[in-house]
Amino acid sequence: MTEKNNHKVKYTTVSIPKPLVKKIKERMKGTGFSSVSSYVTYVLRQVLSSIEEEEKSSQAFSKEEEEMVKKRLRDLGYID
Amino acid sequence: MIEPHGGTLINKALPKLEKERIIEEAHEFLSIKVGLSKWKEIKNISYGVFSPLEGFMNQNEMLNVLEHMYLESNVAWPIPIVLDVSKAEIKDLKIDDNVILTDISRKPIALLNIEDIYEYDKKYFSQKVYGTLDASHPGVKKVFNQKDLFLGGEIFLINKLPSEFPDLDLKPIETRVLFKTKKWDKVVAFQTRNPPHLGHEYVQKAALTFHDGLFVNPVIGKKKSGDFLDDVIIKAYKTLIDNYYPENRVVLSTFETEMRYAGPKEAVFHAIARKNFGCDYIIIGRDHAGVGDFYGPYEAHEIFKHFPDLKIEPLFFRSFSRCNICNSVVNDKICPHPQKDHTFFSGTKIREMIKSGIKPTPDIMRPEVADVILKYQNPFC
Repeated sequence: MTEKNNHKVKYTTVSIPKPLVKKIKERMKGTGFSSVSSYVTYVLRQVLSSIEEEEKSSQAFSKEEEEMVKKRLRDLGYID
Repeated sequence: MIEPHGGTLINKALPKLEKERIIEEAHEFLSIKVGLSKWKEIKNISYGVFSPLEGFMNQNEMLNVLEHMYLESNVAWPIPIVLDVSKAEIKDLKIDDNVILTDISRKPIALLNIEDIYEYDKKYFSQKVYGTLDASHPGVKKVFNQKDLFLGGEIFLINKLPSEFPDLDLKPIETRVLFKTKKWDKVVAFQTRNPPHLGHEYVQKAALTFHDGLFVNPVIGKKKSGDFLDDVIIKAYKTLIDNYYPENRVVLSTFETEMRYAGPKEAVFHAIARKNFGCDYIIIGRDHAGVGDFYGPYEAHEIFKHFPDLKIEPLFFRSFSRCNICNSVVNDKICPHPQKDHTFFSGTKIREMIKSGIKPTPDIMRPEVADVILKYQNPFC
């Protein structure tokens, strides 16, 4: 694995089996992606995002916070 | 409900006791005055509108954003959030110092823990964010007028910016509770910097037909000369919603930030902010956040294909017009009739009519909305 600096933004080179690269190039046709790297980055982001979503259960506020917020929303006339 | 961007809704507002302690000790810290637009960014960071950001970007973060449109933590982020300072302002400051950010009257706004002080290339910055170096672009012009250094670091809110529209000033935690209370499962966001014409109304109602709630979220802040005043936009929307929208299906609230006119990148930025407010979808129209001819009409649609992990979904709409044969509002995907039979909802044309004191006709704008605008002697910035 090699790394290079470009404007201090790091890139990494990973090895992919040649037959897979061939398959990726076929798959890329007509998608608008300009390189195997940009396509692979896109696919990895999608895969990682799905995995992370499965692992998380989102709750941005507690029950206590919810009650406090509701009071302000009532004062502002957003809820009855 | 959709999770905040990056997984956590950021809250950088200091608890009361901590805030009082900092205010008492404020004279011991060096301070930097910041303008109104930066106040708004501090507020947005502090209340999680810009989650997962916890402060102004350091150099590596900024470069990652410019180069990849992603943060170092691999979370999508298209436009740097930075604090520009002059050499004179930071001459006695170093990394790890705490500095108080104040308003022009020296009232403390936030504490910033300095993580980075760095120079930046204005040409590179402008080219990456705005795709141009043309000085007639308001964003480029702003970058070239910025101070020469950026200060990066985590911030802690001391005093909140007084809102211009306090009854419409909701934090992400408040909109999230509001949507939950209203039992809205799927919410569509609408970004705007204009009073609504019939095309806007059509787009919003088309989206609302398929989802539970509409979040109309006008940008309140610095805009270019010739744009509508914030007050006009708010009053026009209140009038439209009161007269033409079903009760309990729409929430109007402000998004206090400056317009950047960064076109496609700003569309993604707008989407992220609305995701933090708890929206599942955002309407992206023709030339979203564009200015002049700097961006193609649908560049702001195209850019979203680079972000498979954004989670908030863009609803792409094309330009709308009124077809005199269909006798309804249409777009080129649903109407077969030639352009000569169409009246287009041109913002420029509407502005020209209003400047001349001419009331836009009801097939372009609701009469009640037009009346609100025409009450202003000068409704423009």
